[in-house]
Order: sequence, then structure tokens, then C-alpha cells
Amino acid sequence: MTEPTVVRVVPMVDYLVLGDAPRLVANACDGCGALYLDRRNGCGRCSGRAFSKQVLGTRGTVVSFTVVHRAAPGVPAPFTSAVVALDGGGVVKANVVDPDGSPRVGVDCGTEVELVTYAVATDGEGTEAVGFGFTPVRAGVGA
Amino acid sequence: MSDAVWILGAHMTRFSRYPHLDTIDLAAEAAFGALDDAGVTMADIAVLATGTMYEASGGIAQRLLKQVGQTGVPAYNVANACATGASAVRIAHTHIKAGEAELALAVGVEQMGKVGLLGGDRMARNDAERFEPSGRDGAVVGIEGRLGTLMMPGTFAQAGTDYAHRHGVSREQFAMVAEKNHAHSALNPLSQYRTVFSLDEILAAEMIAYPNTKPMCCPTSDGAAAVVLVSDARLQRMSLEQRRRAVKISASVLTTDPWTESAPVAHDINTLTRRAADQAYEAAGIGPSDLDLVELHDCFATAEVVHYDNLRLCEEGGAADFIEKRAGWRDGPTPVNVSGGLLSKGHPVGATGVANLYEVATHLRGEAGDRQIPDAKVGLAHVIGIGSTCGVHILERSGR
Repeated sequence: MTEPTVVRVVPMVDYLVLGDAPRLVANACDGCGALYLDRRNGCGRCSGRAFSKQVLGTRGTVVSFTVVHRAAPGVPAPFTSAVVALDGGGVVKANVVDPDGSPRVGVDCGTEVELVTYAVATDGEGTEAVGFGFTPVRAGVGA
Repeated sequence: MSDAVWILGAHMTRFSRYPHLDTIDLAAEAAFGALDDAGVTMADIAVLATGTMYEASGGIAQRLLKQVGQTGVPAYNVANACATGASAVRIAHTHIKAGEAELALAVGVEQMGKVGLLGGDRMARNDAERFEPSGRDGAVVGIEGRLGTLMMPGTFAQAGTDYAHRHGVSREQFAMVAEKNHAHSALNPLSQYRTVFSLDEILAAEMIAYPNTKPMCCPTSDGAAAVVLVSDARLQRMSLEQRRRAVKISASVLTTDPWTESAPVAHDINTLTRRAADQAYEAAGIGPSDLDLVELHDCFATAEVVHYDNLRLCEEGGAADFIEKRAGWRDGPTPVNVSGGLLSKGHPVGATGVANLYEVATHLRGEAGDRQIPDAKVGLAHVIGIGSTCGVHILERSGR
């Protein structure tokens, strides 16, 4: 089977904005500043209804993690899932990966990480989905 | 006379796998058992709340009534994730508190079978032939395993590594929790599993989601449990034996998760448990040091560890010390999960929050057989459902 030629590139989720410097973009509550990555009807913290886009930082710190060994059907394992608190605000969950997006097994809480993006899949029409992960800032940490 | 609500009767099926029975068989056994234990019949019951997750839209309360007595009473079908059973009890409790019922029946039931990882089918990798954004994050492909994990083993593992980083808990200490609960279950004939594991066996077992190995993860289960609740006024008119065996519900609390910075991406199981515990202690007028036993929601070993702290069973940040001192063993100062817990007794989701009330009540009545905690007077039952809901009940032995 030959891979389809990539004719279009899209982000894997809509809060990832691609370009020369890919960034995560949150919905920030105008009332209290709470940050959300999903589509909002209102704010869970203050019940406010107005939001503005806020570009998040690309570096952060691992606050919790697990290494999933037994995964859902079809999901390659092991992989490292981490919750990352971003510098400047915002918390996001993603895999811990090498800079090229290949999986890393294990990390430590407190590890400084940075955002990386990589192709995750291509559909039958040549649309490539680009996802994101976090890689330790200093190579070798938490290996 | 007071406005107290009492457990008059309680029953649970053994948690197991019952491929030849259906959900109604299990629910009916628990309901009839609790009615018999209470010394009343369906004709006395003014309201029914039946909890189940997997058949929540299937009218289980009405189907149960068709087997135990179609008395025409109001009935509720309750679903609240792993807090489903506790929520059913709370609905029955609220009816009595409101003066709308003197006697109420709450049933929790689940038939899960051997389904493997909970939610595994829904999370399976199954990318579309044509990528189109869908859902609230506009995802074009499945995110499980690509943007971390949403599944239960990983969710509760991450809660554990977060706590371990802040307060220091070793992989061995997490495993010691499973060692305890499996050891406890050997004394409980109602437990799905009764196998004792050494610490080395637990550490060497298949890793599911670090740091939880397989014996540190609860099984899926079939089973049911039920309680009959009664108002204080009605209990006063009952027999000496019924009054003697009645167990007082000193607190019945349900909370949901407040906003926290990380909760939008990682379910918070802590804040709502701390709030529920504080409300329950306040309502009951007792403190954690008064507890003779605790049944808490050990769906994973890591979960039990954080709930030592959330339920104030240890000093803040002191869960590792609590483990090292063996404080939660059945001969320790605060026995935790003497039933074997979810880890070994099993976790039929809708039944769990009723079964832990059965367990605590049975000890307070002095009827727990080989696993009896001597002279137990006060106990606490806790469940948490991801999403999230926390239920905490505090029970006290009858002084009569």
C-alpha cells in the first residue's frame, strides 16, 4: 500500500495553530481569565460568557505523568502521557516525545519541556494531520 | 424524635461474574435481601432509587419493580459514573428528609462482564478515511494515545504521580496499598477475589499504567447491593430488634468538581473529595480520628493514597507515612477497605456506592464475621465518579 501524497496539512485539534512557529491558543474568559482549550458556552469558574483568544507559551513543566502500557485497541504502547503547566499560564495534556515526535518512555514530574509538532496521520485524500507533544528541554532528562 | 435517617436493612450479592444471570436478577436479589433484613416488604416502601451506569437508559427501576412488586411508587433511574450507587442512596435519603417518605429503597447494580479496559472500545484507534474536525476540540483524528490518555488507569495514575511529586510516595508504597487490600479480601466471602499477593508479586506484575500494575487496578465485576432507609419517627414505632440493628446516617454528602486550573485537561479527584469530607465531618459532628473503619474509592492503588489525604485520614502530605505505619491495615488505627476494596472485592460500577454502605453498616452491627472490626461504632464510605462526583456517607452504630 502506498501512502497518499500530502496535498493539505491541518492541525490535529483546533487549539493548535500551525505556521512557522506553531502555538497553542486558548479561549480566555474575559471575566476571570480562566483558560480553556475546548469550545465554550460559558466559564466554569465564574459563569462569564465572553472569551478572547490567548496564545499560550511553548515551554512548561510536567506536573503529572503516567506511562500507559496497556492501551485501548489499536493505540500503540507504551507511551507517556503528561499534564504540563505552561509558563505564563494554561495547562495541557499531551504525550512526551522526542523532538521528531517519536515516543519517549518515562519522564519525571518537574521536568522542563517544550512544544514540538509532528505529522501523526494522513487520510485517504492526502490531508495530513499535525499533532503536538512535549519534549524535555535538556536531552536525556527523564529517559 | 429527630430528623435522622437510618439504614434499616442492607444486603449485597457476592461481587463476581454472573454470565447466566441478568441485571434484574442481581438487583432483585439485593432488593429482596435488604427488605428481608429490614423486616419490611415492598408494600411499606414509598420510593425507589435504582442506580446503574450501563443500563441507565433502560428503565431499570421500573423493570425491577415488575419483579419485586409493582406498588406504583415513584421510582428513579440513577446514573452518576462510579458515584451512581451513592447518588441513589442520597435520593432515597433526601425523600425521607423532605418528609415525603418514611421508608425508601435504594439499589445499585451493574453487570459488566469481562470487558477489559473500561471505555477501551470508545477510545480505540479508528481514524476516519477523510479527516473532518469534530467535537469541542475540533479533533480530526482520535486523540487517545496521541494527546496523552483519557482512560481510567492513566487518569488515576497521573493523580498518583502528581501527589508523589508534591509529597513523596514511592512505587513500593503505592504497591503496599494493594498488598493490604488483597490481604483484607481473604477474609471477605463476598469479595470477587480472595488472593493474597506479596509486595514483590505486585511490583513484578504486568504494568498497566505506571505506577499501577495489574493487582493495583480494580477488576470489572457483576453484582448488586441495596439498602432500606427509614425515618427516625417510623423507626421509633418498630421492634426493639429493628431499632437495635438500625445504623444512623450521620452525614450524606454529594459534591461535584469545582474549577481548578488543571481540571479541564486532567480530572480533579481531590478538591471535591476534600469538600465532601469536610461537609460530612461538619454534619456528623465527628472528626477523622473518630472513625473505626473507612471504605474509600480505591479503583486504583494510587487513588487510595491521595484519598488518605483528601479524607483527612493522615496529616496533609502525610500519605506515605500513613502507609509505612500500616495505619490502614485492619489492625491499625484507621482500618481502610477491610472488605478488600474495589481492588479485590470488585467494582460493579453502579453497585459500589451501596455496597460500601453495606460493608460499614455490617461492621457497626457487629455482624461482619471473620473480618469484623471489633467494637466498631463509626465508619465512613466514600466513592468518586469521574466527571466528577464525590459521595461521602458517615454511619454510626445505634445506641439503643
